[in-house]
Amino acid sequence: MQRDRVALPSDDKRWRIVQGTMRRHGYEPDALIETLHTVQEAFGYLDEVALRYVAASLQIPLSRVFGVATFYNYFMLKPQGEHSCVVCLGTACYIKGAAGVLEALEGATGIKAGQTTPDKKVSLLSARCLGACGLAPAAIFDGEVAGMLSPEAAVRRVSEWIDDER
Amino acid sequence: MNVEELHQLAEQERKAQAAFKNRIFVCSGTACLSAHSDQVKEALEAEVKKRGLEKTCAITGGGCRGLCAAGPLITVEPQDVLYQNVQPSDAADIIDSLDGEPVERLVCPPDHPFFTRQHKVVLEHEGKLDSERIEDYLAVGGYSAVIKAVTEMTPQQVLDEVLRSGLRGRGGAGYPTGLKWSTVAKAQGPHKYVVVNGDEGDPGAFMDRSVMEDYPHRVLEGMIIAAYAVGADKGFLYVRAEYPLAIKRLQLAIRQAQRLNLLGPNICGTPFSFTVQIRLGAGAFVCGEETALIASIEGGRGQPRPRPPYPAESGLWGKPTLISNVETFANIAPIIRNGGDWLAKIGTEKSKGTKVFALSGQVVNTGLIEVPMGTTLREIVYGIGGGIPNGKKLKAIQTGGPSGGCIPAQFIDMPVDYESLREVGSFMGSGGMIVMDETSCMVDVAKFFMEFCMTESCGKCVPCRVGTAHMYDILTKITRGEATLKDLELLEELCELVSNTSLCGLGQAAPNPVISTLRYFRDEYLAHIVDKTCPAGVCKIHKPAVDETPSLHASEVLS
Repeated sequence: MQRDRVALPSDDKRWRIVQGTMRRHGYEPDALIETLHTVQEAFGYLDEVALRYVAASLQIPLSRVFGVATFYNYFMLKPQGEHSCVVCLGTACYIKGAAGVLEALEGATGIKAGQTTPDKKVSLLSARCLGACGLAPAAIFDGEVAGMLSPEAAVRRVSEWIDDER
Repeated sequence: MNVEELHQLAEQERKAQAAFKNRIFVCSGTACLSAHSDQVKEALEAEVKKRGLEKTCAITGGGCRGLCAAGPLITVEPQDVLYQNVQPSDAADIIDSLDGEPVERLVCPPDHPFFTRQHKVVLEHEGKLDSERIEDYLAVGGYSAVIKAVTEMTPQQVLDEVLRSGLRGRGGAGYPTGLKWSTVAKAQGPHKYVVVNGDEGDPGAFMDRSVMEDYPHRVLEGMIIAAYAVGADKGFLYVRAEYPLAIKRLQLAIRQAQRLNLLGPNICGTPFSFTVQIRLGAGAFVCGEETALIASIEGGRGQPRPRPPYPAESGLWGKPTLISNVETFANIAPIIRNGGDWLAKIGTEKSKGTKVFALSGQVVNTGLIEVPMGTTLREIVYGIGGGIPNGKKLKAIQTGGPSGGCIPAQFIDMPVDYESLREVGSFMGSGGMIVMDETSCMVDVAKFFMEFCMTESCGKCVPCRVGTAHMYDILTKITRGEATLKDLELLEELCELVSNTSLCGLGQAAPNPVISTLRYFRDEYLAHIVDKTCPAGVCKIHKPAVDETPSLHASEVLS
């Protein structure tokens, strides 16, 4: 196909996966969000190189690609830490004290929700709702959902990551 | 595969299942998984293998039983024993008990009011099937509604059944489903689309996640029947990226259905063809609004556009589009199987059928429940939910998420249906029900929802973008004890303005939590503003120095 000829940004094999997603969707503009998901899955976040490459391949203005990437909360424009902790701030979790959990974690890591520690070890994130309301308050530690958390238990989990590295 | 072969496959599976003396279902929903039900399943499998019971005892990953707070839950068939809080170390005892009495210490009593007071239509299989196998679904009568519709009924007859059932949209607004289908069916054009709205963004709601995880084929079945009735040839499932398990199971279900020719060209050997694709959301609450969702499927920013034209006439890529919520589609198969009149017998005069609710917050039994429309709040909170823990008092019940309101305890005997909820200033929403006790400050609750709407506003129209931010500022001032009665007046004015002039449902409904708390808990607002105290003790208010102007007492302002 003609548009496969947009040069890959580098010989990193992961670009082939990204290219595969676009090809599967016939390089139609509506493949944009699916493609950005693939980029994030492969590289962990979306950088300028990726956005330019996707824009050129799908023949969409870069401004629109950037608009979509920044509109949706799920897309990350900065590299994330080695470990991640996502605290649910949904209604059920809020009622059961999620704010206290987040505050304790912010205290223990010295960063705010949405930031990554300077040593790139831990990213602290917040979520609108994990859909684990029966287990409120809940958080995800490196992809694993943990429910009925106390601030102390949450800090313990994150401290393990920090201590590991020392 | 033709109809005869499908029936044979179902029969084969039933025989294979009957050959097992016992079948054990280990809940593999998100809640039980987080309590390590996968380890319980592994332990049971190891135990069965150790004893060489593979031929008589099947260990299967099952669906949600609803009582998430007591997970991991497992069900032993055919005895129908439910065990709660099961640990991997319990595996040996459970296998030991298969021929005798159940393991007493783990049994969840079968007469537990949480289970006996529910009425299951959408969740009729009660988690007792493996969501990752289409054969399991066929064995319990799955896809028989598709077969019946495409081989025995005309599209008009299917439509008539849905109309007769009185089913209304389960996404919250309650638009009659049959009417929506008729509009799309009447629309002209070579291409039409069916879209499932699985962008369950309401905080406090997880019904759709559960339905998609446990019964992915049920959702597909509803889509296929809908496509047949309205004449669509392509469907999209729009699912939140935050639900990876649901996405995985839906992808698997689509492949399985294609293999059996239940999706694709010439379904069941008829001229009817239909394909389905999954599209992932990317974390934007506004995409639950139908026109924003359509923009997102088209690959753009999820911003709504004015209606009319409604998607039924001009939706995805300008084509007629039927777009409904996950639970609505999950209601379709039983309607076709049992007839529209059957569903119409359940519920109230104007709200037919059942509703699935995610019950959470300050209530003993948190989890997923399904009750007939018209069930009272008391029945839900005290009967099924087991009441408020720690001897606390019920203060309010929040329904409808950020678009809904807080129903005060005085309405506890109110029936839950579309109209009654509206009358008290709330909203059905997609089914989140959050119970609050006296430790919740209602001003802070209103602020919580306003922060949500402010952040999730897409920014397209001014009333929503600026109005929600302004209302949030005022609410923050109130919770800090820095507001005056003038601010309260301005807040009320803004509520009216934002709800009357916003472009889409997000903005129009954003003031609802404020309006409803002002209506029923005005004294709490006044306590913050006039007395500078938070009655629930949630807000940190710095008391002003003693020499400041003496303020009126709240009770004097009220009278």
